[in-house]
Amino acid sequence: MTDFLIKRIATILPTLLFVSMLIFGLQQLLPGDPALILAGEEQDPSVIAYLHEKLHLDEPLPMRYAYWMGGVLKGDLGESVRNQQPVLDLVLQKLPVTLELALLAFSIALLIGIPSGIVSAVGRGTVWDTAANVFALWGISTPNFWLGILMILLFSVQLGWLPASGYVSPFEDLRANLAAMVMPAFVLGNGIAAVLMRHTRSAMLQVMSADYVRTARAKGLNERTVVLKHALRNALTPIITLGALELGTLLSGAVLTEQVFTIPGFGKLIVDAVFNRDYAVVQGVVLVTATAYITLNLLADLAYFAVNPRLRS
Amino acid sequence: MSAVITASAVPRRAGPWQRAARKLARRRGAMLGAAIILGFIVLAVFAAFIAPQDPIATSWGAIRKAPSADHWFGTDEIGRDVLSRVIWGTQASLMAGVVSVSISLLLGVPIGLAAGFIGGGVDALISRITDAFLACPFLILAIALAAFLGPSLSNAMIAIGVSATPIFVRLTRAQVLNIKVEDYIEAARAVGNPPWRIALRHVLPNIVAPLIVQATLAIAGAVIAEASLSFLGLGQQPPAPSWGSMLNTAKNYVDNAPWMAIWPGLSIFLLVLAFNLLGDGLRDALDPRQR
Repeated sequence: MTDFLIKRIATILPTLLFVSMLIFGLQQLLPGDPALILAGEEQDPSVIAYLHEKLHLDEPLPMRYAYWMGGVLKGDLGESVRNQQPVLDLVLQKLPVTLELALLAFSIALLIGIPSGIVSAVGRGTVWDTAANVFALWGISTPNFWLGILMILLFSVQLGWLPASGYVSPFEDLRANLAAMVMPAFVLGNGIAAVLMRHTRSAMLQVMSADYVRTARAKGLNERTVVLKHALRNALTPIITLGALELGTLLSGAVLTEQVFTIPGFGKLIVDAVFNRDYAVVQGVVLVTATAYITLNLLADLAYFAVNPRLRS
Repeated sequence: MSAVITASAVPRRAGPWQRAARKLARRRGAMLGAAIILGFIVLAVFAAFIAPQDPIATSWGAIRKAPSADHWFGTDEIGRDVLSRVIWGTQASLMAGVVSVSISLLLGVPIGLAAGFIGGGVDALISRITDAFLACPFLILAIALAAFLGPSLSNAMIAIGVSATPIFVRLTRAQVLNIKVEDYIEAARAVGNPPWRIALRHVLPNIVAPLIVQATLAIAGAVIAEASLSFLGLGQQPPAPSWGSMLNTAKNYVDNAPWMAIWPGLSIFLLVLAFNLLGDGLRDALDPRQR
């Protein structure tokens, strides 16, 4: 077990190294002198000189990377050119909002995706199966920002049940928070539910024809126990691994969902940064999301380990 | 000469591609998808003839007018005809889907071939770099690339293409590793073919099927991604019409001009659905193992 853990953790180190190079490399895509772009419209020579000095722009590329990486390792992701705040602070301020949205969305995705996948596999070829497959196709084909606009049209404009925007912290007013988050969470969870449904369906179809499921039935267990205890438990491992890959979709989708519902999270941070040409913030957000994604996948592997006793020995 | 005689003497059995085509033709979903795609291609190519009005002509007398006989899909916030903009917008979406995925294929397949075929240190390096790209969520990487490259439709296509490349590197590499150990590759090596010839003539043709399936599904993803970037203001720039940027403006008028949001969104949905249907059908027809 410890061997596995050490090996698994060791594999993420080179990945993180290359991620950092990739993100640092983004800067090189800027045409011309980055200091000229960062200096804004006035192009004050003293500001440009200061930026050259500060960003080590006159040094060779590997040295600049070393300076940048050295800062990152100390938690210094640079500062926003817009309000001179440290990028890390900005990211950490917005992170909880996006995490709440992501968590709610993922819960909705699990609640819809796994049961519908089970129903569709158990009732293969029935109306339920067809309905679940149509739902999955709808889920993966609908752009979530459009679904968001449609939901605002129905639930905020027509029915007046839910607010179209206006995020409230859950610590201030939990009810208002949930009222503002339910639509975005559903919009974000919808597409992932569809993918989870497909994974659950195919994993369940595979285990349902396994010998141990037939044995369980032959023992006279009722169908419910067979499906939920014998089949689902074994189908869960591939669902967890494949489901973890959807966490990236979740983070990507959050950017759009936050834009539609004006939620002040991570996604709004990166989009605003793009328009303010606040490149350090863009890099910081990408770095933090990539690290989060790598960590979440590591956790998924550990969960995989926990539900699969064969791997533990 | 003898080959010709053999070919005509022995009754020919349908090749794998013909069998796959027949299988595909029997799948109603895939055919529906293909028909929708064809319809959108016609709209994109003949937009100038089909669109009833100029997609960028503003009309201050017809601001946010509900659908009517003059404007079937209504008008937008500066009086442009929504139907004409939706029709012209097809070009940006289709082009983004096809061009982005072509970029991914052109980059990803050779890199994946190299990784799988050469192996060793080259493979390790390529695989780690691929992991790094895959660790950055697709759209966030595309946003960052588009941000640094500057907002435009062509940069959006480059950003989406590059962001989607790792999937093709991985797929190609995995397929190559499977094929590499087959007897016919061993045979090709034994008769003295150079490695590049084995890679291109013997390995590549045998991994085309899964690549076609993945490419079709990736077009669906790229269409959504382009719409997403345009929705955020990083794709097609105004006043040129694109479905994503139309939705971006429509969002602000959802309470008094909902038609501005419905049609462009429905178009994205239909086009993406069509590529997904075709992709699923192709997977069943070409690559039965992946079902």
